[in-house]
Amino acid sequence: MTWARFKDLFTTYLFVVPATILFLVFSLIPFMKVFQLSVFEWDGISTHMQFVGLQNFKNVLFHDLPWLISLRNAGVITLLALTFQNILALILAMIVDREIKGKNFYRVVFYLPPVLSGIVVGLVWNWIFDGSHGLLNHMLASLGHPGWARSWLADPKTALYGVAAIHMWKGFGWGFVILLAGLQAIPRELGEAARVDGAGEWYIFSRITVPLMLPVFFLVSILTILGTMQIYDIIISTTNGGPGYHTEVPITRILAAMLGSSQFGYACSLGIIFGVILLAVSMVQMRLSKWSAKYT
Amino acid sequence: MNAFFARRWLAVMIVLAIIPLTSCSQKDNAKDPNTVLVWHWMTDREEALEHLAADYQKAKGVHIQLELYAPSDAYATKVRAAAQTNTLPDIFSVLGESRDLASFINSGHIANLASAMEANKGAWKKQFFPKALATTAFSAGNQYKVTPGYYGVPIDVTNIQMLYNKDLFKKAGLNPEKPPKTWNEFLKDNQALKAAGLPGLVSGWGETWLIDCFANNYAFNLMGEQKVLDTFRGKVPYTDPDWLAVLGLFEQLRKEDALVSGVVTMVNKTAEQIFATGKAAFALNGSWCVNVYHGMNPDLNYGVMLPPAFSKKYPIKIWGGAGSSFMVNAQSSKLNKAIDFLQWLSAPEQQAYLSKETANLPANRQSLKEVPAVLAEFASQMDSTTHPTQWPVHEAPKVVEALDKGIQSILIGEKTPLQVADDVEAMKKSLAQNTSPQP
Repeated sequence: MTWARFKDLFTTYLFVVPATILFLVFSLIPFMKVFQLSVFEWDGISTHMQFVGLQNFKNVLFHDLPWLISLRNAGVITLLALTFQNILALILAMIVDREIKGKNFYRVVFYLPPVLSGIVVGLVWNWIFDGSHGLLNHMLASLGHPGWARSWLADPKTALYGVAAIHMWKGFGWGFVILLAGLQAIPRELGEAARVDGAGEWYIFSRITVPLMLPVFFLVSILTILGTMQIYDIIISTTNGGPGYHTEVPITRILAAMLGSSQFGYACSLGIIFGVILLAVSMVQMRLSKWSAKYT
Repeated sequence: MNAFFARRWLAVMIVLAIIPLTSCSQKDNAKDPNTVLVWHWMTDREEALEHLAADYQKAKGVHIQLELYAPSDAYATKVRAAAQTNTLPDIFSVLGESRDLASFINSGHIANLASAMEANKGAWKKQFFPKALATTAFSAGNQYKVTPGYYGVPIDVTNIQMLYNKDLFKKAGLNPEKPPKTWNEFLKDNQALKAAGLPGLVSGWGETWLIDCFANNYAFNLMGEQKVLDTFRGKVPYTDPDWLAVLGLFEQLRKEDALVSGVVTMVNKTAEQIFATGKAAFALNGSWCVNVYHGMNPDLNYGVMLPPAFSKKYPIKIWGGAGSSFMVNAQSSKLNKAIDFLQWLSAPEQQAYLSKETANLPANRQSLKEVPAVLAEFASQMDSTTHPTQWPVHEAPKVVEALDKGIQSILIGEKTPLQVADDVEAMKKSLAQNTSPQP
């Protein structure tokens, strides 16, 4: 190797060093530390950590019922978000994609909820869902259904769906923006040619729009799943996981283990198992996405 | 390497060099032998503490550098992180339970103040409410094996009682100067309030510690301290008739419709708003509420009462003790200066000032003369207080969670007291059998 070549290589690597250090310090080392802590019993303060092997994982998988309930709750919210939130986002994106008056205004309005803080959104919806003086109960009463009134976020039958509704209201804007971008990427000529050939709106939607939008649908689905499974701020500002365990989600359980019980090792094992679940779901989605791209 | 890249590289190096320099000012102050660094989380007391710090510098020539980190969760996390890296300030607080405080002490982070407290025939110690000091003290034979001593300096005290709205009492035809003293009177008053279309009790029972507090009030009332602690020790099951009676009280509250709608997921801040705006006749809240209610509704006409007793067998015990305590870093090079400042801060004059400015109960008993009437009512029950931090034995967090969540289930009519007692007992047994960690 010539001196010039060495210098060139050295300079190249030198430029990579800051990014590598940042990656190591803020990503890789904490990640490895989480793995290390998950096999210890540690209170987060003491200098002494007791090695417990895979016992934390065993407890998570076989003895922690609230954890399983929290996964189920997050799953229910995710399913609701995948369907209702994304269907709403798609309908609104299709409306705004047309040449309608004030479409730029709607774009901004629909994108507002995701920009708001989850805590603020939760507090506002607390007032709407309030059992005594809530807007929803007031509306139901004025529509002639006072018997339907209830404390929506404290009733075990409605608490989870109430939280899901808030989450969907806050989240549909993301899907809307991505789906709108996808719709605008579809050449207009395709629809126009189909119309000339006598195709109806439904035919154009099902045979042209949907196949061309499949990769976008998968992207939105992945983002919805990852975002919803990690729901936290709305739960904290509305139900705090209650009543009972009805709105507990994985993140609230991880925090309960870490801050409520000072069991950092156990919390780390919860985090790892949760991470593996999210990774598996994402990989399945990515496979499906690749498969769909092949056939469109 | 061309000149463009060289300049870029230089710029990067300069930026990297500047970053550590920006943190120098704090470190320099921390090293300054005449500066005592204090970390706190009390946003409502920030101004008063700054004022006192300035007074202290004038009087003693020592600079007190106050650093505020809020909210309390963020503060607690910062303190834990600082303990790991041995960068705790000279004075700080441990926000958590006894086991957390014990862990800090056993790891050598907190100084034992016993000798300072006991000096001059215990002059410093005697100034405080004993229950306030007990919150951060450990006695011989404690379960965490902490060296007996005093590890915190209380700067205010608090207790949790019930409040009642005198105006709503009048509206319901009740005597506003005669709050209910027994459980039956309480239920009777609730019926009168309900008949007048007025809602009953509100509290932030979405925050489970307030449920725990209310349940403990009645556990002590029904079975006494010894039996409660024996339950924690595993000698008394949660299916014991006394515990079932405690859980039964919550069922009674639900059946009698004595609670404000949505209380089971309500945070205490919302509960405070509801009581302050006259939308509930009773509230369960701590002495800090005097300041909160005054901010929300200065005209609120209310009184303080002990939770109405269910049994005559044992007295009602309310949760209380130190509201906020400061600890001294055992590894601080300015340990004596830190202790001197805390002695000064807890003296009657400074305590009276803090109490007046922040409407909190002073930790120094001699400063009580100047507190407002409602606060004095709270202070009058300091001898009836107890708190988990003062107990020699503690229940496992997972069992406490099962109990509190179970009570929420009773309140929504999902489970019976017996089902909840069985669940809690099952959790207790599962933890006892399983030597491995469980939250």
